[in-house]
Amino acid sequence: MQSSSKNPTSLWQTLFGHPVRAFGTVSLLLLVSLAIAPAKNYFSEWRHFQNQYLALVRTRGDAVTLQRHFHSGIQQIWLPQLGVVDRCTTCHVGLKEASLADVSTQPFRTHPVIPHTSDQFGCAMCHRGQGAATTVEEAHSSTLAWEQPILPARYVQSSCGQCHRAALIGTPQLDSGRNLLSRYGCVHCHTIKLADGSAIKPTDDPPSLEHIADKTTREWIYAWLKDPQAYAVTATMPNFKLNDADARDISAFLIANSTPIAGDNASISKDQKPPAPTAGASLYGESFCASCHAVQNAAGNVVGGDVGPELTRIGTKAKPEWLQAWLRNPRVYDPGTAMPHYRFTDQQVSLLVGFLGNKTDSDLLANVHLDAATPEQIAHGKVLATEYGCASCHEISGIKKPDNFAPELTRIGSKPLTQIIFLPGMQHTLPDYISAKIRQPRSFGAALKMPQYTFAPAQIDALTTALLAFTDRAHDLPLALTVPGEPPSNYQPAGKAGQLMSDLACFSCHAINGRGGDMAPDLTWEGSSVQRPWLQAFLKNPGTLRPALIRRMPRFNLSDSDITELTGYIMTVYQTPAFDRDSMPSSGYPPAQVEQGRQLFYSKYGCQSCHIVDTKVDKGYIGPTLAQVGSRLNAAWIYHWLKDPQTLRPGTIEPNRNMNDEDAHALTAFLTTLKGSTRQEAKK
Amino acid sequence: MKNYLRTLFIVSLIFPAACSHKPGATSAVKPTGFGAALVESSGGKQIGATGMVLAQPLVVQVNDEQGTAVPGALVEFSGPEGVTFDPASALADSSGQVTANVALGGMAGRYQLAAHTFTKAQKSVDIKIEEIALGYQEQVGSRLDDKYCSRCHNPESTAERVSNFDNLEVKPHPFTEGDTLNKISDADLTAIISHGGPALNKSPLMPPYGYTLSKTEIEALIAYIRLISDPPYHAAGMVYAQK
Repeated sequence: MQSSSKNPTSLWQTLFGHPVRAFGTVSLLLLVSLAIAPAKNYFSEWRHFQNQYLALVRTRGDAVTLQRHFHSGIQQIWLPQLGVVDRCTTCHVGLKEASLADVSTQPFRTHPVIPHTSDQFGCAMCHRGQGAATTVEEAHSSTLAWEQPILPARYVQSSCGQCHRAALIGTPQLDSGRNLLSRYGCVHCHTIKLADGSAIKPTDDPPSLEHIADKTTREWIYAWLKDPQAYAVTATMPNFKLNDADARDISAFLIANSTPIAGDNASISKDQKPPAPTAGASLYGESFCASCHAVQNAAGNVVGGDVGPELTRIGTKAKPEWLQAWLRNPRVYDPGTAMPHYRFTDQQVSLLVGFLGNKTDSDLLANVHLDAATPEQIAHGKVLATEYGCASCHEISGIKKPDNFAPELTRIGSKPLTQIIFLPGMQHTLPDYISAKIRQPRSFGAALKMPQYTFAPAQIDALTTALLAFTDRAHDLPLALTVPGEPPSNYQPAGKAGQLMSDLACFSCHAINGRGGDMAPDLTWEGSSVQRPWLQAFLKNPGTLRPALIRRMPRFNLSDSDITELTGYIMTVYQTPAFDRDSMPSSGYPPAQVEQGRQLFYSKYGCQSCHIVDTKVDKGYIGPTLAQVGSRLNAAWIYHWLKDPQTLRPGTIEPNRNMNDEDAHALTAFLTTLKGSTRQEAKK
Repeated sequence: MKNYLRTLFIVSLIFPAACSHKPGATSAVKPTGFGAALVESSGGKQIGATGMVLAQPLVVQVNDEQGTAVPGALVEFSGPEGVTFDPASALADSSGQVTANVALGGMAGRYQLAAHTFTKAQKSVDIKIEEIALGYQEQVGSRLDDKYCSRCHNPESTAERVSNFDNLEVKPHPFTEGDTLNKISDADLTAIISHGGPALNKSPLMPPYGYTLSKTEIEALIAYIRLISDPPYHAAGMVYAQK
């Protein structure tokens, strides 16, 4: 009591006590603080995982091997030329241990089999995340110091796309996303440049609107603008969510702005007898329109190809006069169309116009009532069409195609998160942002111009994957490490045959010298393959070689001189340098050799599992029927095809049998005798 | 008092307030109905890819004892690590059904998923649903199968591809036929694929693919066949020294 009254307790003493004791406390504190660093190291997460791994490994049959492969301490993959410093293998210890395949707990799983190893490229190049970090949180999530989180497994194919520009068998999602970018015309508005400086090109070919009034009515344009998918579920045109007045004004502008083409409004001849209602349907079928055009059936399924537009409600859209002119020659209205110029007779044209004109939907335009357009509406429509960037995709006279209408996406896969405004409640990651933008662009702001697309969830994932591949790394990678895609080909055949091939749109289905579609066989070496008389007969009346196929070569009603022109060109120009077409005789092989070939065909090589030679006995129809192969193919082509089909047609499913020369000769001898008369076969 | 204050001060020096507060989980929705049984309507036995959303959503239906659909029952989905359900739990709609999009985990293999609901007596009712996730290698195998094999080995026809199965005198084994294929070793499968049927005294209708497909491609094909076989394939593994 006495001392306390004499020496009132100072604040210092209240807090730290007696100086000696305070000294002791501070020393202790210092000691503890010095111990923090070693303790942190000792109790570090990675050490804990390494100990866990050793405990796991101890019970296994190959424990000694696994222990020998294990190295304690922080592990690092350092690839200076790629800028890779990855310490992931510090905790992911068993990545390369195939015998741990049954272990399902992380971080000890074996890496699934892929074409690369972590020694080549490290981990973060494919998985993202922070390679240099040594804690679970920092390596996998975005923290204050690091913003790159681990890429979810569903987008991991995007990482392949940083180096691989061509389609790969193991990356269907990435390839599908890349196709969608072109097919849905994303790249009309968003420029995407590749590392070599070239830009991705669209493949959707939106129609020119310069003569739209010839083709359709203002009411249809209005309905289409309001909801394109109501007209055709497969339409790639997005929904701009226009209000009634804006749709009214844009339709007014487009009609007023349209110029007529001579012939589009020619009246329909009515002198013919009314055709049977089914005649148009069978002509539609015979002409294989469904190879390119789809129609929605009663069950709601869309049946048919996707090269041309869906025709479910074409009668509500196209004016009959325009349809007539289009079917006569589509190239007058659209010189670059993928539609072939069928040489239909007038009667066939009117059959098809009647058939297609009946494909209507009265509901579509039932509620569309538009008054005559005023000049103000037309002028406002032009302003709207400019603002919404209609001319980015469509040709519109009077509006120039805008450059860079939407943000460039060349490096979207590396966009810093700090530059992104996320929506409330949204995960702050780049994939989440990109997919949300594609799913509902206007959710980021009602004033945004990007329209609403109708993508399935898998398509959104595919697009996100394709976009995530456009990283800084994809552009800055050493050229030697990139795997370039197929160089784009703008091959164009010359002369009159070239004009004919453009007119018939051969490239819509067939590829030649790297250009063209993949619906029908590649014709690059057709001249070495087939015999001239067969080709002439085929062009005149294409019979089918593969009865199981639903997409087939249509009949174009070509004139004899056109056929001679085309045949001559194909036989002369499309020849392989691998062999001489006339180096083997097409007949006259010894009967013993022919018989040997027949036996090889049926016994040793079992060709009948896929090919038909005798239509009465054989059933295989994976490959083309061979009943008349002797009059269709050249002997030299048959021989070289048997020896190595993949060099003649890369990617063909005919297996390479590594056939010896004797067998190949005998089979060639046998096949050349198959001229198409089954009677001869029956005799034997 | 003095000591107490001192301790408090020192403690507050050493342990700066570092506790972060995490928002609590949202409370579950209240069920308005109770069923007695769960039935899988669709979406089971799909073959998807690792990490990706399955092509078809998973649809389960809640029924009562009589087998009539019960709306408003709470259904919860669960699965192994890495599997996500959107939504993870929901009330059955007016037709007693709950639909969820399923994304499988990052590892290839079979995923055993489950859906749960509760009876009125709070008794748990489960059904199990199996899905298969293909990894990189198996996806490659699947595409090779599509291109080279399935026309003969898959008896099902599609609009785009008519099956050749019925046209063959000797019927090929569908790749899901685990009873047969699981007994054939990897080496023997490789031999048949590479050298054709006659390599194992089987039909020459099976051609050799050893000069068409690479070694990695054949490995990928076998990995795919092993993963989709039914009953499941179990590799002859190592015998572990269990403690």
